[in-house]
Amino acid sequence: MTLVEKILAARAGLIEVSPGQFINVNVDLVMAHDLTASIAIRQFKELGAKNVFDPNKVALVPDHFVPTKDIASAEVNKNLREFAREQQIIYFECGQKSGIEHVILPEKGLVLPGDVVVGADSHTCTYGAVGAFSTGMGSTDIAVAMATGEIWLKVPPTIKFVYSGQPGPWIGGKDLILHTIGQIGVDGALYSVMEFTGSVIDQLTMDDRFTMANMAIEAGAKAGVFAVDEKTLEYVNARARRPFEVYASDPDAEYAQVITYDLSEMEPQVSCPHSPENTVPVSQTAGVKIDQAVIGSCTNGRLKDMAEAAQVLKGRQVHPSLRCIIIPGSQEVYLAALREGFIETFIEAGAAVSTPTCGPCVGGHTGVLAAGERCISTTNRNFVGRMGSPEAEVYLASPAVAAASAVAGEIINPEEVVR
Amino acid sequence: MIRGTVHKYGANIDTDVIIPAKYANLPTPEELGAHCLENLDDGFVKKVRTGDVLMATTNFGCGSSREQAPWSIRGAGVSCIIAKSFARIFFRNAINIALPLLECPDAVEGTESGDVLEIDLTSGKIENITKNKVFSAAPYPDFIRELIDAGGLIAYARQKIDSK
Repeated sequence: MTLVEKILAARAGLIEVSPGQFINVNVDLVMAHDLTASIAIRQFKELGAKNVFDPNKVALVPDHFVPTKDIASAEVNKNLREFAREQQIIYFECGQKSGIEHVILPEKGLVLPGDVVVGADSHTCTYGAVGAFSTGMGSTDIAVAMATGEIWLKVPPTIKFVYSGQPGPWIGGKDLILHTIGQIGVDGALYSVMEFTGSVIDQLTMDDRFTMANMAIEAGAKAGVFAVDEKTLEYVNARARRPFEVYASDPDAEYAQVITYDLSEMEPQVSCPHSPENTVPVSQTAGVKIDQAVIGSCTNGRLKDMAEAAQVLKGRQVHPSLRCIIIPGSQEVYLAALREGFIETFIEAGAAVSTPTCGPCVGGHTGVLAAGERCISTTNRNFVGRMGSPEAEVYLASPAVAAASAVAGEIINPEEVVR
Repeated sequence: MIRGTVHKYGANIDTDVIIPAKYANLPTPEELGAHCLENLDDGFVKKVRTGDVLMATTNFGCGSSREQAPWSIRGAGVSCIIAKSFARIFFRNAINIALPLLECPDAVEGTESGDVLEIDLTSGKIENITKNKVFSAAPYPDFIRELIDAGGLIAYARQKIDSK
C-alpha cells in the first residue's frame, strides 16, 4: 500500500484499502475559517448536533478577512468566536498566536504525521508535507465531521512524482510545483494523491514541502504528500504534544502513474494569467511590467520565504512604479523575521509589511487589484478576478522571483538582480 | 424530471468566477445567486430562468472549497449541472446540498447553449429536445446514491446520529 492508503486503512479500522473503495474514516482534526465556518455552523445546527465530537480536535481560524475588513466580516467573526466559546473548541484569535491556518496548524503541532485532517478550505492539502492525509471539503462536510468525528471518502489512486537532477540557484518548492502543474494541467491529478519523491525532494526544506503540498489542489488532487524523513521528524518533534504514527509507502505499492522530472536545467518558473497551468520559465516572461508584488500567503508565507525575499531586497529598493506587499504567514513567522532583521530590510527597501492575513490572495483586502493592473504574487491562484478586478492579471512565482521583480519593476530572474 | 434551457461554458470554470470571495459573506442562496458567474459572463444571471441547466466541459468547479459556489448556482435557479468532469470538492459540495450533477461527455459534445434538455436523474437519461438526441450519464456509485436518496448529507448524517 501507499503512505496514504495505510493512513486511511488505519483510520477506517481496516487492514487494507484500495483505490475506488468508499470508506468512513475517523478524523484527527477538523478546521474551518471565516469564509467557510458560518455555513458550517448553520449546517451543524441544522443537523441537530449539540456538541462537537471532541473540542480538542476542532479548530476555527479566522484569517481571510482578518483583521476584520468591514462590518459584515466583523459580524462573521463575532459569530465564530461565540460558537468557539460555547463549544470550547480551538480558536485562533487575530493577533495572539494566530496567522494563516495552513501556516499555524503545523507550526503549533496540531497536525502530525499519520493524521487525517479535513478543513473547509481547499488548501488543507498543505499538511501532506508532514506525512498526514489532509484534504479540503465544503462547509456541509465539515459540519458533519465536527459533529461526528467521521467523514466518508473514496480512496484515491496515487500518482508518484520523482524529481531528480541538480537544480540551479533560486529553485525551490514553488518552482517544482508550478512546473508540475504546467506539465500535467489543472486537472492532471484530479481525484488523486500526488506523492512527491526523489533526490531533489530529499534536499528540500520543510517550508518548501509545505509550498508544494499546498498547491496539489491546483492540479485537482485530493492530497499531496511527502514521506516522513529526518527533517520532518525534527520539525514535528519540536512541536508535537501527542504521539503520532509514521507510515511509509511499501516498495511494491501500486501507483496509477509514475512521472519523473529532471530539474538540472530548469529556470525559476512563472505561471501566467489566468491559470496555474500556464507555467513558463521566467525568461519567457522577462520584461513584463508589473504594478504590484505580493509575498506571503498559505503557499509562501513561511520563514524560508521571508528569508528568500530579504536576501533579494537587502540593500536594494522596490521600484518606484509599484507596490510591494509582504505578509508573514503567522505571528511566529513575523516575530522570527523581525529578529532576523528581515522586516527592517523590507521596510528599508520600501515594501509594505502587513500583519498575517490571507487578504490580497482572495481579493479581500490589503492589496486588491484595479482593472488593468498586473501583479506578481507568491500565492496559489491566478484565476480571473481572484485578486480583485476581473480585468487584472496575476503571475504566480516564488518569493525570490517576486522580490526581484519588485526591484526591477518587471518580471525578472533573481539572478539578474542579485549578482 | 428536470426540463430546462442549456447555458454552456468551457473548461476549468473555477470557483472564483462562479462566485468571487468578496461575496462570500452574503447570507442567502438568492443573494449569492445574483452574482453567479459574473466574472465569466455578466449576462448569465439576466438570462438564466428557474429550472435551467448549466453545462461545461472538464474540471467544472476547480479551485476553492467555498460552498458558496454551488449555493450561488442553486440560488440563480439552476436545476442541474452537466459536465465532462467535475473538480472533486465541488462535486461533494453540490451532492451535499442536493444540487444535481451529471457527468456525461457525450451530452456535452452533443448540446449547445439554448438547447432544451429533459433530464431523468434516476436513470441518468438526458434528452436533447431541440436536437432530438438521447444521452445517458454514468450512474452514481451506490454510496453516493444512498446520500442522494437520503436527501443530502445533513439528512444522511442525521439518520446516523439518531441511530447511535
